[in-house]
Amino acid sequence: MTKFTDMKELRLMKGNEAMAEAAIRAGADAYFGYPITPQSEVIEYLMRENPADRTGMQVLQAESEVAAINMVYGAAGCGKRAMTSSSSPGISLKMEGISYIAGAELPCVVVNVVRAGPGLGTIQPSQSDYFQAVKGGGHGDYKMIVLAPATVQESVDYVKLGFDLAFKYRNPVMILSDGIIGQMMEKVELFEQLPRSTEEHEWATVGKKPDRDSVIITSLQLQSEEQEKVNLRLQAKYREIEKNEILYETYQCEDAEYLFVAFGSCARITRKAMEMARAKGIKVGLIRPQTLYPYPYDAINKLAGQVKGILTVEMNAGQMVEDVRLAVNGKTPVEFYGRFGGMIPSPDEILEALEQKIIGG
Amino acid sequence: MSESNIINPENLVYEKTSVMTDRVLHYCPGCGHGTAHRMLAEVIDELGIQGDTIGVAPVGCSVLAYYYFDVDMQEAAHGRAPAVATGIKRTMPEKYVFTYQGDGDLAAIGTAETIHACNRGENILIVFINNGIYGMTGGQMAPTTLEGMKSSTSPRGRDIATMGSPLKMTDLVATLPGTYYVTRQSVHKPANARKAKRALKKAMEYQKLNKGTCLVEIVANCPSGWKMTPAQSNQWMEENMFPFYPLGDIKVPS
Repeated sequence: MTKFTDMKELRLMKGNEAMAEAAIRAGADAYFGYPITPQSEVIEYLMRENPADRTGMQVLQAESEVAAINMVYGAAGCGKRAMTSSSSPGISLKMEGISYIAGAELPCVVVNVVRAGPGLGTIQPSQSDYFQAVKGGGHGDYKMIVLAPATVQESVDYVKLGFDLAFKYRNPVMILSDGIIGQMMEKVELFEQLPRSTEEHEWATVGKKPDRDSVIITSLQLQSEEQEKVNLRLQAKYREIEKNEILYETYQCEDAEYLFVAFGSCARITRKAMEMARAKGIKVGLIRPQTLYPYPYDAINKLAGQVKGILTVEMNAGQMVEDVRLAVNGKTPVEFYGRFGGMIPSPDEILEALEQKIIGG
Repeated sequence: MSESNIINPENLVYEKTSVMTDRVLHYCPGCGHGTAHRMLAEVIDELGIQGDTIGVAPVGCSVLAYYYFDVDMQEAAHGRAPAVATGIKRTMPEKYVFTYQGDGDLAAIGTAETIHACNRGENILIVFINNGIYGMTGGQMAPTTLEGMKSSTSPRGRDIATMGSPLKMTDLVATLPGTYYVTRQSVHKPANARKAKRALKKAMEYQKLNKGTCLVEIVANCPSGWKMTPAQSNQWMEENMFPFYPLGDIKVPS
């Protein structure tokens, strides 16, 4: 007979609410946010849940996305586990702060529940912030670690992983979700409550100690020689991240003659298209990058040597496909199929695109 | 009497506070920043809170303030210091947190952060240096530039009809229930500097009470930006800045 203590804590949760609960359980010290559809449930859940009573975690609705990310900067500068979340137009506003956080080498988790743009766009789901997330977004040579969940479960797990990676590398981590995963309900297994850290980091502003110099959190170096050193240090860190932290999943790639590449919610739809193709006798596999930075270039390159063609499927006008082409490096044809502006591709459309652009092409 | 005879502990009448580092200040000769820094540093020293203070530097002339205060400090993006200070204070409520900001930082690009931090009554001290000009970028018009005052972006003088009126941010935040103590001071004469120091000390002490935001404005000169000698700039400040920005307490705890 199963003992109660052996039972996993399973819940049916909305993606956004699950990430909020995960932040509490990951031992976050603070969340600062600003409402925007389709992610307002994150702060609503936290305000309702009042984690100050559970763990002491602070939650504050800021006056803007700009203020929220700078509150994260202040808390992170004290060595605290801080998170913020927003959706595309709000993330654009946060980009100034994210660049400063990357430059000052502070850890934090930023959730982007992507909606379609450009501009105010629509509140419907999209993956059109891929470039913004993985190629910079803010100014300067910096990188965020970008995690792309495809399920509510991964949304939960990546909050915890995100904090771990953020502190391991003192670097901002973005969870690139979208309006589908943020809004849908799925069964999730919640990890156990982790204690909030009491560690005083030597790099954090916790009050000057008599036996050390004062700590300065800054991204400013007036001398070019010094600024170059900062950049070289960041680049060395990014190489370490690229060496250690790539995550991806492959589906039915062993005998694949063709390959799909897709991430996040779009990978789930593409997986369905893969199953339909298999039922028709088309040997197609799928690779789903879970980290968008660092990107699984080598894994895709290896598969490129095996297949006759690759179809990249995205809910945008073709962004990740540029990284796929870099990975493939001309080994095999790479085509793109996408819907955008809040439209979601159907498995039939994707299968048809495979047949027309790759198999028939 | 030789120098070595004079430099003796028993002859000490004034000592530089150890809360200020020995770094050479980068400020222009005659600028008020150095004195304002020292008053605040002396307050931190006298209250014995060097190890419990976290400061936030702005973007502007005092961007390098963290080199001069020997306390843990964070450098904020332009205008965002009150938001950064909020993040610090909310997660480190037992610490003394201050921001040090100029008029462009606090009253233009950081207007929202300033007003909302004050409106939430964040238990922080905001030190606001108002010299009516952008010093760091070379003398452009600030939100607090006086009517008719010339700058590189108001070469014919500030025209109210097209450029708006100088913004009295200190008076504005004093109307918010979240602020506890709001005062306007100067540091251009020893007596004024002593008064400013008393105000800063009160504001820091109030932080222990958790009663709300304290804002100390220091009306200051900018000899370089105003294109005057230090002495001329102080006189000009008395004759022109003080009538529009009168010194004294604006909001005191009841």
